Amino acid sequence: MLDNTLTTREEIRDLGLRTEEMVLNMGPQHPSTHGVLRLELVLEGEIIRKVIPHIGYLHRCFEKHAENESYTQVIPYTDRLDYLASINNNHGYALGIERLMGIEVPERVEFIRVIMAELQRIASHLVAIGTYGMDIGAFTPFLYCFRDREHILDVFEKTCGARLLYNYIWIGGVSHDVYPDFVKDVADIVKILRPTIKELNDLLNYNKIFIDRTANIGILPADVAINFGCTGPMLRGSGVDFDLRRDDPYSIYDRFEWEVQVGKGEMGTVGDCWDRHMVRVWEMEESCKIIEQALESFPEGDVQSAIPRRVRPPKGEIYVRVENPRGELGYYIISDGTGTPFRVKGRAPGFSNLSVINEISKGYMVADVVAILGSIDIVLGEIDR
Amino acid sequence: MALEPKEIYEKLHAAFPDISIEFDETVPCILVEPMKWKTVALFLRDADDLKFDSLMCLSGVDTADGNLVSVCHLDSMVHRHKLTVKCIVPAEEPKVESVERVWRTADWHEREAYDLIGIEYVGHRDLRRILMPYDWTGHPLRKDYEVPEFYNGIKVPY
Amino acid sequence: MGLLDKKFENSNIVITSLEGVMNWARLCSLWQMSFGLACCAIEMMAASASHFDIMRFGVIPRPSPRQCDVMIVAGTVTLKMATRIKRLYEQMAERRYVLSMGSCSNCGGPYWNYGYHVLKGVDRVIPVDVYIPGCPPRPEALLEGLMKLQEKVRSESLVQEKAA
Ligand code: SF4
Repeated sequence: MLDNTLTTREEIRDLGLRTEEMVLNMGPQHPSTHGVLRLELVLEGEIIRKVIPHIGYLHRCFEKHAENESYTQVIPYTDRLDYLASINNNHGYALGIERLMGIEVPERVEFIRVIMAELQRIASHLVAIGTYGMDIGAFTPFLYCFRDREHILDVFEKTCGARLLYNYIWIGGVSHDVYPDFVKDVADIVKILRPTIKELNDLLNYNKIFIDRTANIGILPADVAINFGCTGPMLRGSGVDFDLRRDDPYSIYDRFEWEVQVGKGEMGTVGDCWDRHMVRVWEMEESCKIIEQALESFPEGDVQSAIPRRVRPPKGEIYVRVENPRGELGYYIISDGTGTPFRVKGRAPGFSNLSVINEISKGYMVADVVAILGSIDIVLGEIDR
Repeated sequence: MALEPKEIYEKLHAAFPDISIEFDETVPCILVEPMKWKTVALFLRDADDLKFDSLMCLSGVDTADGNLVSVCHLDSMVHRHKLTVKCIVPAEEPKVESVERVWRTADWHEREAYDLIGIEYVGHRDLRRILMPYDWTGHPLRKDYEVPEFYNGIKVPY
Repeated sequence: MGLLDKKFENSNIVITSLEGVMNWARLCSLWQMSFGLACCAIEMMAASASHFDIMRFGVIPRPSPRQCDVMIVAGTVTLKMATRIKRLYEQMAERRYVLSMGSCSNCGGPYWNYGYHVLKGVDRVIPVDVYIPGCPPRPEALLEGLMKLQEKVRSESLVQEKAA
């Protein structure tokens, strides 16, 4: 990237010019920071020498609330961690309490949870892809993505009445059974989504300008990714074949046939922004596969039979992790035997994913920061909690 | 090959006879002497049959009995086994050795534990507040924390 | 105003007050400062996407406070953010409006009790014109709030003191 530009310090010095580092503030209110994040960029001309992220502008004290509310009342707060993937957040938390209490969940509930979680994953990836396009300068894909996301939100709305924050997965069950036409509606969505993915490929992903802006930018080597605790599409984009749904199976994910998608460096180097972006696109396809298989064997049953009257887990602690659209979402829950958790710590995938930004943006241009940040797909709600 | 926590504990015990390492059956987890923790961490990361290459989570906990705990959840992507490690320190002098250079994940997680619980990580290169403003006083997730009435002239409680 | 409903068949002259024209122009081009803070911002984005199309009200998101008329505070305002919001508000040109979207920016929302770092209502730092309740408010609710704001603009007078 630097080969034919006269911008390295040595070259400039050879010309007899004096250089100085410059600090540029990006955010906390900036259209492409995806929320309230402040980046302090240390620049040398156009070249980035250092990125210092400042977070905490959305610190909403989740952990304090969890210590003060009862176990069931914490669920709405988990919604608001990663507000683009509420169902996945509910799922992780409910799973943790169920394991602590030793609750067996009915078949039908498991199926509903998996279908909902995968729909949510698609919805979340659609937002990620759309806004990433917008960051790079393509406005139209954003409209296409949001158009299709609305179909998914309609299903959620018909099921539990909310569009964004559902409070849907409860400890031991779900809040509402699905409505009669659910299976047909979801099958229709999958039918709509397949062409969408193709459309996105034509419009954005294989667009020359888009590839030029993202390929070979922000390369994240696999060992760095693991050491920094990057997970999800970020890790898989670097070519590491790791997905909690397959490698640490929870719920009923082990019953379905699907593949873990990894970045292959098709357009540049393995682990660049394009790879990370494409992993999301491919994952939508995989989620469609899981949903289709789940719909085929969708069982009947009662969805609320296993919901405990009183949630009072025995003394103990547990760390659960689930695959959120952004990576490994963990909850460390300590119970002291009363009706409120003693401590709940949320391990947000975005938190670790963002911490690597300094490492992967050194040496690139200012404009590339936007591309790199967008490819991490952060949600500040979970990073700051 | 995946190992059980008990087996890992025995390995550690044999490798570090002069560091106090205990095993807690109930969780199960390993309790390590806080100021010697980094040596153990390096061993956990690099030994061939352990290979804990990723730190899933690092949390600070206030146990409300005068102690603070720094809890690490480790995972090995190679061998597919997990381990919980705890360092218990008194609240008056909460010093734990930083593992930020062992797993870079710990960098921000330790800053967070410092910010919210007040555990000091010795040897951390950049131990600043991360979530709360830099001029905030106190550590909000301590059990005895009291919310200030005003912050910079803005009323805080409802 | 009914300007557009009437046909301009006979003459090209419409008689109205200057104030009426100016207010009409202003309320039809309320440029918005995109101030997405939290979950509500996603609904704000959904409102500007194809389903709800907020742009038909003349609301165009602008990145700079200097070019904006209305600031939609969508999401939880934290203490760390509060001073920034105030500063951005002060940078906007006069005749500026604030739409507070969602319970969080109205009063602290779900975080009102234990949120040690949450500002309990954005009106503690800047004046608010319209409050939109909900957690999150549906995009329709945002549009409704916008229409309420337009009503307010319509009834204002640029010559006299700003209506209380
Ligand atoms: S009002 Fe609800 S949806 Fe809106 S920012 Fe607050 S918590 Fe999120």
